Amino acid sequence: MSRQIWDIPGGIHPAQNKIQSLQTEITRADIPAELVIPTQQHIGAPAKPCVEVGDKVLKGQVIAEGNGFVSLPVHAPTSGEVIAIESRPIQHPSQIDGVCIVLKPDSNDTWGARHPIDNYQSLERNDVIDAIRNAGIAGMGGAGFPSAIKLGIKPGTKIEQLILNSVECEPYITADDKLIQERADEIIAGLEIMQWLVNPQETLIGIEDNKPDAIAAFKKATANNNIEVVVVPTKYPSGGEKQLIYMLTGKEVSSGGLPSDVGVICQNTGTAYAINRAIHHGEPLVSRITTVTGDAVKHKGNYEVLLGTPVDALLAQAGADMSAASRLIMGGPMMGFSIHDASVPVVKVTNCLLAPTTEEIPVPAQEQACIRCGSCAQVCPAGLLPQQLYWFSKSNELEKAEHFNLADCIECGACSFVCPSNIPLVQYFRFGKGQIRKHKSETIKADHARERFEFRQARLEKEEREKEQKRKARAEAAAKKQAAKKAAALANPPSDASGSPTTPGTDDVADTASNATKLKSAWASATKRWKDAEKALTIAEKNGSDQLEAFQKKVDQLKAKAEKTKALYEDAKTSAASTSPSSPSASPSPAVAPVSNDPMVQLKQASADNFKAWKDAQKKTQEAEANSADNLEALREEEATLKAKSDASKAAMKEARAKEKEAMQAKKATEDPTKQLKLDAAIARTKAKKALKALNSLDDDHASHAALKAAYEKALATADNADAALKAAEEA
Amino acid sequence: MTDDLSAVFSLVSMAVLFGSALGYAAVKFATDDDPIADQVDALLPQTQCGQCGHPGCRPYAEAVANDEDEINKCIPGGEDTIHAMADLLGKDFIPLDAEESDVVDVPMVAYIREDECIGCTKCIQACPMDAILGAAKQMHTVIVDECTGCDLCVEPCPVDCIDIIPEKVTHTTWAWPQPDGVGITPGQLIPVRNIA
Amino acid sequence: MSVLHVTSPHVRKPMTTNAVMRHVIYGTIPGLAVLTLLFGWGTLINVVFGSLVAVAAEALVLRLRNRPILFSIKDGSAILTAVLLALAIPPTSPWWITVVGILFAIVIAKQLYGGLGSNPFNPAMIGYVLLLISFPLEMTTWIPANLTEGVAASPSFSQSLALIFGSVDRTVIDGITMATPLDTFKTYAGNDLDMLRSASVLQGSIAGVGWEWVNIAFLVGGLYLVARKIITWHIPVAMVTSLFLLAGLFYIIDPDSYADPIFHVLGGGTMLGAFFIATDPVTAATSNKGKLIYGALIGLLIYVIRAWGGYPDAVAFAVLLLNLCAPTIEYYTQPRAYGHKKANSGIAKS
Repeated sequence: MSRQIWDIPGGIHPAQNKIQSLQTEITRADIPAELVIPTQQHIGAPAKPCVEVGDKVLKGQVIAEGNGFVSLPVHAPTSGEVIAIESRPIQHPSQIDGVCIVLKPDSNDTWGARHPIDNYQSLERNDVIDAIRNAGIAGMGGAGFPSAIKLGIKPGTKIEQLILNSVECEPYITADDKLIQERADEIIAGLEIMQWLVNPQETLIGIEDNKPDAIAAFKKATANNNIEVVVVPTKYPSGGEKQLIYMLTGKEVSSGGLPSDVGVICQNTGTAYAINRAIHHGEPLVSRITTVTGDAVKHKGNYEVLLGTPVDALLAQAGADMSAASRLIMGGPMMGFSIHDASVPVVKVTNCLLAPTTEEIPVPAQEQACIRCGSCAQVCPAGLLPQQLYWFSKSNELEKAEHFNLADCIECGACSFVCPSNIPLVQYFRFGKGQIRKHKSETIKADHARERFEFRQARLEKEEREKEQKRKARAEAAAKKQAAKKAAALANPPSDASGSPTTPGTDDVADTASNATKLKSAWASATKRWKDAEKALTIAEKNGSDQLEAFQKKVDQLKAKAEKTKALYEDAKTSAASTSPSSPSASPSPAVAPVSNDPMVQLKQASADNFKAWKDAQKKTQEAEANSADNLEALREEEATLKAKSDASKAAMKEARAKEKEAMQAKKATEDPTKQLKLDAAIARTKAKKALKALNSLDDDHASHAALKAAYEKALATADNADAALKAAEEA
Repeated sequence: MTDDLSAVFSLVSMAVLFGSALGYAAVKFATDDDPIADQVDALLPQTQCGQCGHPGCRPYAEAVANDEDEINKCIPGGEDTIHAMADLLGKDFIPLDAEESDVVDVPMVAYIREDECIGCTKCIQACPMDAILGAAKQMHTVIVDECTGCDLCVEPCPVDCIDIIPEKVTHTTWAWPQPDGVGITPGQLIPVRNIA
Repeated sequence: MSVLHVTSPHVRKPMTTNAVMRHVIYGTIPGLAVLTLLFGWGTLINVVFGSLVAVAAEALVLRLRNRPILFSIKDGSAILTAVLLALAIPPTSPWWITVVGILFAIVIAKQLYGGLGSNPFNPAMIGYVLLLISFPLEMTTWIPANLTEGVAASPSFSQSLALIFGSVDRTVIDGITMATPLDTFKTYAGNDLDMLRSASVLQGSIAGVGWEWVNIAFLVGGLYLVARKIITWHIPVAMVTSLFLLAGLFYIIDPDSYADPIFHVLGGGTMLGAFFIATDPVTAATSNKGKLIYGALIGLLIYVIRAWGGYPDAVAFAVLLLNLCAPTIEYYTQPRAYGHKKANSGIAKS
């Protein structure tokens, strides 16, 4: 086998310390007194509990359902009773508790219904992926990304390599090693399922050359299929997903991209095993192999642990002497997290529990000044300059840190490992990344807030505008009424005209009242500015500023302004007070008007009535003629009068209409034209801005780019026109 | 005489030459950046709280851009914002114009004690973000994601049932702290009990 | 009982900054030994005396700056600065030369910039250049190596003490000093070849009498540092190569006016500069590509100043000038990060 192996840059060779935990077979861990199952076991939204306190559950039963795309169901690790759903300490660097389902095992360990899929090849691929998702399988090496999502490749993506990551480069950890040695066939069965799912050109197993037994086991298990075992030299961190992909294929996953973008899918050994159990045995992921090691542990080795087992229970079974341990680490010594509370549960990604003594892993030394030795850059597997990133993170120069690709740091810890000054570089990088993330979310929130605020402003303006328009319409109606009254007076005897005196409109009252509120706020803000200025003045006086005079002047100005606004407000208030009481007394008066207030409508009505009367009269006359009635003459006379009346009212209406039109035109001319123009210009500008924004958000080569550009130009032109018109109007 | 003339001539021609070069450059390389006010507005936290004495972030940004107000009035933005504005406008940093007790550097959010709410809708009208939900005579509640913690709803409340509380840190919003620095041993000691 | 809550990684390589400094000091031992053999006890006395002054000065400034004193003294950086400076100055220079140089190096060039790790210039070389400019006479009066024709023996221990601490008339020294080989070459090359050929400091040697041994000793010490991975090979190799190539080029063009490349590479302070001065991590470039450029430019500048400049040797000037360029070199030689098509260069747009 002469497969080329690409070498990753950097890397380190820490002491392996793997022998200690390889001496025994995998031991089944005891079922503890209670199991604490966090609803959040992996990346993504936490699962939603679907059981209640007091419920009896069976092993493998779903106790919390996935909530969203990147979320998985959680299963009961054994049979028993749910005794609490509450916040409990879980493993997280923030030391914040998380919602957990607490299960009291009944020690029977009774399985619920299991549905093995005997012949998965006969099913649809999506159904198998769903089965994997429903079994709650997440990546069991690092971040715990749901495996189903990784396997559910986009249609049309060609997968060239499927890689099984059995590198296990972290010191101390032997969980995968031992699993391979004892259950290689089952792992390969899981890998074959994945092979069928993604249909790769080749399937590779990456494994470090420090695991001869595991390599032999894999070689034996893959003797009769097309899976290739690739042995890579021992070097940390060759087990990083991106690093392993490069070592085996020479392909680099682009920054921020996914392995499937370059046609590679990489899965962990434990995941392959879990997939086998899920498909061939119908067992969801309820346990995992965890290495318990470190000099404070008496029975070092690998344990098959139920998820949710508290760490202290597992350590107690392994005979750990906690008084000898200097720290408790979940995961390996390079990337593992220290545990803040020994009652945290084992979760899907817990591949190791490390309880070292002080001799084994001493207390970290004091941080010293960076001497820019560059050792960190020599070992960085991502080709970064950790030292520069350190300076930028330390001084909060986040833009520069981003420019130096802080986001590509995999936090492997190689830089901290070699740093002679004992600088906790990884923590600086995590800090820097956190700040960048925070900054970004703040910016997004601020943009969002601005949008909402602007929308609200626009809405309020619109409401105001509508109110204004209504007011105007009413005023116009009043004017029309006046005109119609005149017209009616001309056309009809005074008794016929039904014009009513206009009431001292409630509009005016509202107007003055709102005016008063506006003035009040103006007064308040003026007062505030004045007070502020006064404050500034006192401070300036205290500090002996040389601009006292200017300050004093400003204060005086502001004070005058405040007083003026106050006076205005008071005026407005009194006027509002004087107008408002008059309105109730005025309101009963319009009772005179029997029909409608609108003179136009009245005229129309009158004209229609007259017309109808005439037509009736005409009809009657015709009937009478036909019957040769004797009152024909009288009827004829009546008809003539009615016709004259109808014609007169028609004419009156016509006249009134013309007058109204004239009045409206006159009114329009007298009104300030600039306001409307201003509004038009503003709207046009906003439109142009929006178009520009849309334009900028697109790439040049985008199909709709040209169209958007045209739209933008048009909007801009409209805005310019509106501006020009406004200017002209203002000048006029 | 010819020397004088040549000096005058050369100076004038140089002036013309450089002047036209500069003029050309000004037209050719003109940057069509956002107006200053937009850039300042982008730096502000958009809480619309009015603590600067302006009715919202945009008016304050305009005032700053037109040199009508100092850059140290934005309390929610804090020193970071002042630094950013100082950089943008080429001004010197000046300390925040606020009482120390007014300054909070954690994100805040409004919380309505719903039992006490009488449903008067006053806070709804005061909220610049439309982040309060409710109707007349109905209990109101805050949409936490939209709330900027601006304080403006507290004052109008007739029954004082609105508190401004620090936003809760969750697993997703938590961020690693900065290490303590040179001369300090990293890490903290955590007590554990021994159950073995 | 309690456990530690700390960020990963939990294991560390046992190499510390203190050990780095210690190893660099070990690396100077062969050179120091050869200097002592050839020029008497003067250098050794200067090293010990200078170290004491450096530690005292550092302690004083740390106290004034309200910084932990022992914590910083322990890192050994002050002693290293003193050792390097003492190796560079003439073995017979009076004590106040050492004091002035070291005070300037520690107080001004190092602590006023913020102490270890924050100084933009190599403190030892700043001290050296200050002395060279302020006291050119004292700084250029070297006694000839005891291998030189007509020179009987180097000063004894007591003689060296007397020379340094000033209990003898300085005119006595004038009697026994000679121009250094580089100096001699500079004076006569191209205009007085007879004098050049007869100069005793150049007789029977390839790079000035004794100096080839000094340089070979520093080379050995430097290789030790490379082997211990205290420094990488990039800067010394680039620097020596560029110096050698440039010298070779001009030697081919005009052998009478320009010294041969071996003379340059094994003469003066070349190897001390290449392995101990230019590689000072604080002030050098850090990326591998950057180190190559940095080293090559130092070699170039050394040759330019030696051949056409006003000073016979140029390591200090060349290193300081390149210290100035290190950040810029750094910006334009960033390695390509994983998953990126091309390397970043320049600084972030702000």
